[in-house]
Amino acid sequence: MADETSTQDAPEEKVPVMQQIIDNPFLLLFLGIALPTVFYTLWGVMEVATIPVAP
Amino acid sequence: MSQFRQCPDTGLFFHKPAESLMKANAVAGAVCLLIGGILGLLVILTRWPAVHLLPADAFYMVLTAHGITCLIFWIIFFEMAILYFAGSTLLRSRLATPRWAWAGFVLMIVGVISTLTAIFQGGSSVMMTSYVPMPAAPHFYLGLILFAVGALIGCFVFLGTLVVAKNEKTYEGSIPLVTFGALTACIIAIFTIASGAEILIPTFLWSVGYISHIDAAMYRVIWWALGHSSQQINVSAHVAVWYLIAGVLFGARPMSEKVSRAAYLLYILFLQLASAHHLLTDPGISSDWKIFNTSYAMYLAVLASMIHGLTVPGAIEVAQRNKGLTNGMFEWLRKAPWGNPVFSGMFISLIGFGFLGGISGVVMGTEQISIIIHNTIYVPGHFHATVVVGTTLAWMALTYLLIPVLFRRKMILPGLAKWQPYLFGGGMSIVAIFHMAAGTLGVARRHWDMGFAGNPLGFEYPGTAYLLMGIAGVGGVIAVIGGAAYLLITVGSLLFGEKLDASAGILQSFGVPLADSVYSTEKPERLPMAPAEAVEGHGDSGFEAPGTFVLAMVLLVSFVVYYFINWKYLSEVWPLS
Repeated sequence: MADETSTQDAPEEKVPVMQQIIDNPFLLLFLGIALPTVFYTLWGVMEVATIPVAP
Repeated sequence: MSQFRQCPDTGLFFHKPAESLMKANAVAGAVCLLIGGILGLLVILTRWPAVHLLPADAFYMVLTAHGITCLIFWIIFFEMAILYFAGSTLLRSRLATPRWAWAGFVLMIVGVISTLTAIFQGGSSVMMTSYVPMPAAPHFYLGLILFAVGALIGCFVFLGTLVVAKNEKTYEGSIPLVTFGALTACIIAIFTIASGAEILIPTFLWSVGYISHIDAAMYRVIWWALGHSSQQINVSAHVAVWYLIAGVLFGARPMSEKVSRAAYLLYILFLQLASAHHLLTDPGISSDWKIFNTSYAMYLAVLASMIHGLTVPGAIEVAQRNKGLTNGMFEWLRKAPWGNPVFSGMFISLIGFGFLGGISGVVMGTEQISIIIHNTIYVPGHFHATVVVGTTLAWMALTYLLIPVLFRRKMILPGLAKWQPYLFGGGMSIVAIFHMAAGTLGVARRHWDMGFAGNPLGFEYPGTAYLLMGIAGVGGVIAVIGGAAYLLITVGSLLFGEKLDASAGILQSFGVPLADSVYSTEKPERLPMAPAEAVEGHGDSGFEAPGTFVLAMVLLVSFVVYYFINWKYLSEVWPLS
């Protein structure tokens, strides 16, 4: 408990933006799903879907 | 009420339900490794031309089962154990929703049984890729779907544990680097499993007749988001295991946590895109897509691997030099504990992954030179370097660390354990190198008979190719002996090893908790913030890890030479004069 008190008393340091991103698992989860979904899956599926059907 | 025990040797805390789940998942993984290893022996003895053990139909059935059991079941069961360890033990937190975690485990077991039953019934010899329109039995796909759903539940239990740990303030500052590595693996796993659902659920419906047609090109694009990304989970997780072992054995701290975390971020953003290299020869997909996803995005993920490959041995070197091993460039490495299978397993995993798997992976991911070795036995050579020498050996090293800590048993056969990583790593490196060499000569992968006996469109490979496949066969047998030694030592230790806790019986080795008196309801002390980084504070000039820098330069030179050799090969494929 002593640790908690000392942590609360300490002046709050400004956390850098990059650190905030890296410390947020759900933001990382969003990025880790969204990027490959857009650049790999959706783009790839669109490429295949737009192949003209043979007459 | 949460119950924890503290390991008297390492000080690690184990939450009672998490401990049982770690044991159950690790044991299930070991059973899959046993099955997969036996199947692997049958495969390698068939591809060894002088032995040519199995008939054709049995070969394709066994190869399908070997691929799925080793590449998916063994690896992911063990990864679940790592997620629970990294989430609960390393953060000193209770595991979120253990009942859901058990439900996930049961689904995974049912999935394994269903898929393997389908394969061994003989109607689902479709290889791990199960490309449509090649049909497998419905319960082949259903088993894979159930296994994936179970693993997905495990991933969300891990994420829930991160939330619990943060809310209950079980740690100060950021999560430890090893847990961050596990988080990276978890994120990639969720993308992987979602991709698997996208393609395997429709394929299952196709197999039972609800869907009339699945486009083969579409299947390949989406399936590889599952097929290759599943191996990227391994990369993230085994790098985390390297950091863990370096920390536990040497007290090594990463040379720069920021750089290591940034490298993991590159994995999260770009590693899955490397799946595109499987489709470099596919028609119908533009070069824009192929080049963006491989030549640009993939290199950022490769950069991340190179950072980890530098910082892990670098951290060990700094720790060793701080202990006084400062003579010359490599005293720190020469006097490392090479007789300890935890270290030797981890270091061979690191070297094999970097030199064999990494370099060949970049060659395979380059559109122009990839064509030389596309669909040849070079490809299994590459992934036996990454997934077997890299991941499996890292898992083995971690097991040796955890037998006394998690299972509370003393390891048996220490003399054999000392040699096991060399047997397994050495044998599998031979498989990888000689398969890659044979692949360069054009030997096809997934082919029962490289002699094409009786085939009207046969092809005669040079005698060297037969020799190379024979040497790979010898390496495979050595590796299987090494794998058998691992299972003998680990399972033997769980059954017959000296008890380090009076209540560590046989059932306790397989998931039943230790005696109630071992656990306390008192919450573990909060995990303190890590001390200042290893490199800080002892000199700002010169290299802190000169030996590692030299090793990195050797890797770079090897890569450049090998890369241009492949361009030379390419020029000979299409002679212009």
